[in-house]
Amino acid sequence: MSGAVKGPAGGSAGGSLGFLRFAARRLAEMAATLVGASFVIFGAMYLAPGSPAGFLLSGRSASPEALKAVNAHYHLDDPFLLQYLRWAGQILHGDFGRSITYRTDVSRLLADRLPATLLLVAMALVLVTAAGLLLGWIGAVRGGRTDSAVLVGTTFALGTPSFVAAVLLQGLFAVELGWFPTGGTGEGFGQLLWHLTLPAVALALYLIGLLARVTRAAMLEVLGQEHVTVALSRGLSRHRVIRRHVFRNALGTVLTTGGLIVSTLLVCTVLVESAFSVGGIGQLLELSTTTKDFPTVQAISLIMVGLFMTVNLVVDLLHPLVDPTVTLGARRSPA
Amino acid sequence: MSTTVLRRPGLARIRTTRAPLQHLCLGFVALVVLAAVLAPWIAPYDPNRIELGNALAGPSADHLLGVDASGRDTLARLLTGARTSLLGPLGVVAFSTLAGVAVGVTAAWRGGWLDSVLSRSTELVFAFPGMLLAILIVSVYGEGLLAPVIALAIAYLPYVSRLTRSLVLAERGRPYVEAYQVQGHSGLQICLRHVIPAVTPVVLAQSTVNFGYALIDLAGLSFLGLGVPALTPDWGRMVFDGQSAVQHGYPLSAVLPCAAVVLTVVAFNVVGERWADQVARRDR
Amino acid sequence: MTTTLDIRAYHLRLPDTARPVLAGVDLTVDARETVALVGESGSGKSLTSRSVLGLLPHGATTGGTVEVDGEDVLTMTPDRLRRLRTSTAAMIFQDPRAAINPLRRIGDFLTESLRLNAGTGARAATDRAVEMLEAVGLSAAVLRRHPGQLSGGMLQRVMIAAALMGDPALILADEPTTALDVTTQAEVVALLGDLRERFGTGLLFVTHDLGLAAAISDRVYVMYAGRIAETGPAAALFERPRHPYTAALLNSTPRPDAPQGRLAAIEGRPPGLREDLTGCSFAARCPLATYLCSQQAPELLPVAGEPARRTACHHTDRIGTRGGADA
Repeated sequence: MSGAVKGPAGGSAGGSLGFLRFAARRLAEMAATLVGASFVIFGAMYLAPGSPAGFLLSGRSASPEALKAVNAHYHLDDPFLLQYLRWAGQILHGDFGRSITYRTDVSRLLADRLPATLLLVAMALVLVTAAGLLLGWIGAVRGGRTDSAVLVGTTFALGTPSFVAAVLLQGLFAVELGWFPTGGTGEGFGQLLWHLTLPAVALALYLIGLLARVTRAAMLEVLGQEHVTVALSRGLSRHRVIRRHVFRNALGTVLTTGGLIVSTLLVCTVLVESAFSVGGIGQLLELSTTTKDFPTVQAISLIMVGLFMTVNLVVDLLHPLVDPTVTLGARRSPA
Repeated sequence: MSTTVLRRPGLARIRTTRAPLQHLCLGFVALVVLAAVLAPWIAPYDPNRIELGNALAGPSADHLLGVDASGRDTLARLLTGARTSLLGPLGVVAFSTLAGVAVGVTAAWRGGWLDSVLSRSTELVFAFPGMLLAILIVSVYGEGLLAPVIALAIAYLPYVSRLTRSLVLAERGRPYVEAYQVQGHSGLQICLRHVIPAVTPVVLAQSTVNFGYALIDLAGLSFLGLGVPALTPDWGRMVFDGQSAVQHGYPLSAVLPCAAVVLTVVAFNVVGERWADQVARRDR
Repeated sequence: MTTTLDIRAYHLRLPDTARPVLAGVDLTVDARETVALVGESGSGKSLTSRSVLGLLPHGATTGGTVEVDGEDVLTMTPDRLRRLRTSTAAMIFQDPRAAINPLRRIGDFLTESLRLNAGTGARAATDRAVEMLEAVGLSAAVLRRHPGQLSGGMLQRVMIAAALMGDPALILADEPTTALDVTTQAEVVALLGDLRERFGTGLLFVTHDLGLAAAISDRVYVMYAGRIAETGPAAALFERPRHPYTAALLNSTPRPDAPQGRLAAIEGRPPGLREDLTGCSFAARCPLATYLCSQQAPELLPVAGEPARRTACHHTDRIGTRGGADA
């Protein structure tokens, strides 16, 4: 009857060396995917009808100087692979090229506009996390009518695109009631927060529905497990059991939706910023797409994909810490 | 403090209470499809007919759902708009389902390097949210319905192929497949006649849900002015056209297409999810 | 001797059922006594043991009393009930792998009840956990482990240690060996017996295995379809059943000392909860059943000449020695 303990079954977060190896592998995978994604983003302009130079200048007077500038930046006479490598190298040095519409460095444009977008996404993320977890929690725990209300509410949230939410919220709270501004960003940080409130709600609504559904389903699954009954049989209060065992165990599943949530938030800034005239990179993506300002489109696409993949990596690395039963390196789908 | 849940077969109540909602949603889907098909005959006006003097008029006997800022009849545009708004998602779902099943079945059945190449490219597509891929392609090709439909179909393909792959892998492990193989049936025969029919209901249920998502994405592109051409009636475009009217206190011409989008997506989601539930229950 | 557990005329009814799941259960466990509760799955034995901790199914209605240390569990306030669960009575569950939260460390599992309910400090609770782990034959190293890193037998030991943490007067063991492999089963049974002796607790051992019940317990209750069919000292009951169901159970259990080697399955199935019952619940499967049995439910009465035993059968005098039920 020795107290000998079996070795880690299938690997756990315990072995720090194993974790480092896992992190290194995920980092390498992410880099590979990022290279692939940048290849797609760069190569897209070769899909355009006509010559790349003509496409890059489409809709504008193709003056010899302009053509020369484009050629100088993209080195369009070089072989494709070399062009790509040069482009990628410039981006690694923070040079995203020049905006054709704004006649300025894309990196300048981004630096001006990224903060508003990041703040908007952060506000929406706070809303999604708070409301999504709360609704999922009370739906799973209360059951009955409360649960039905949560289900109906999330069903409609999941059917409401962010631009629909944006227009409806604008009509009701900005125009009819006049509680919030109809758009813009205002002066100063307080005003910025004030102006971004409705956009953040519009951005969050759909994802609140999504997160509430996921949380509810995950908690219901744990609630049906026997260790919950055991915890109650040992005198823990129902509230404590739900917090320490049910919610805690559901958190791993909830975390895996993090990548999807952030990527949806980022992409939908295009719609919401356009609807509320917020001068962020979402609105810039819309403007540069309509004006065929391709360097800017490339830069924003790359930034969105990069941010999304970073979040996915963080989620992957956090998951074994939240749920020690997860086998390191097991593949998951991001959806 | 009543806490434990007894799971005894004799106590399981058969749940039939949710059926009416599903029927309601199915009915709504049928109604929207019917409106789209019959739009040219039932629309009260040409959707692009302009009565400038009547702009932003409310509902009346002549214009049941009012008139938009350009003086066009909202009902006529809603009905005609149903066509583009449904046709786009239909294209996305049809293409992504067919190609996704083909890719998924091949990956699962052949395995090996093909499977790993396909799952690598799946990973790459997953890195691009559907909307972003669509915007990238629209920025290259210019506006129009075809480019975003193809872009979204590619973005949705991995979801279908991944699902198909796991379903086929499970199906492949069943004894009957081996029995057929022993009898000398070719892999292709077994796939076409047994495996694909077996996984179809689950895949189609997922595609029904995807239809709603594709509708959301395409309507969003139209709202940005990147989808359908400006004059084509489309729900997303109608929301865009109506937004400035909203800001001037005339919400009706934007609220109605909003409602059309939300109700249609909800209906497709509910039908798809319930269908998936039923298939899962039958399989158990 | 004081009575630790005293269940009297206990009824339990679930929604949408035709008959009570438990109908008039009488059961006692004295201090330091081991009592076995035997029955097929669905007989209500697990429900009885869970009722002792107030763990009732959703929508259940009850009658009678379930007293632990003289206090009725069924009428306790939630606070009092939590104190009962923390320190007076504890339960060991069937499948330790399902019963312990896989995400938390063993140390957390062992100490959480003391820390969160009794307000014991972390240091004191851990000391107690180490002491209990040693009592069940495990080392303190286990505290830092997650359940996924231990074998089923070790986890059941952890479960037993957890039950002892609050120094309970009564331990309820609900099929504690069913999910374990055979060698581990024997170890766990032996351990339970030792610990009951050492810590002086009462033990209610719920099992479907009559042989095991007879081997470890002082007294046995045999349960059928929510009623006590027969009860008495283990040895006497095993030697000479006074209820046809007990006799049939013994006949269907393989025993090394039974020379004839003929195993008889009990024909038919236990009555479902949706059919109402008049008369004896075992009548439909009983070789001795008469018209009386289908009309009138037998009461649990003392057996003539053996005051410690009681049985609920109209024809108890017609049951012969072992296996005589097929007369």
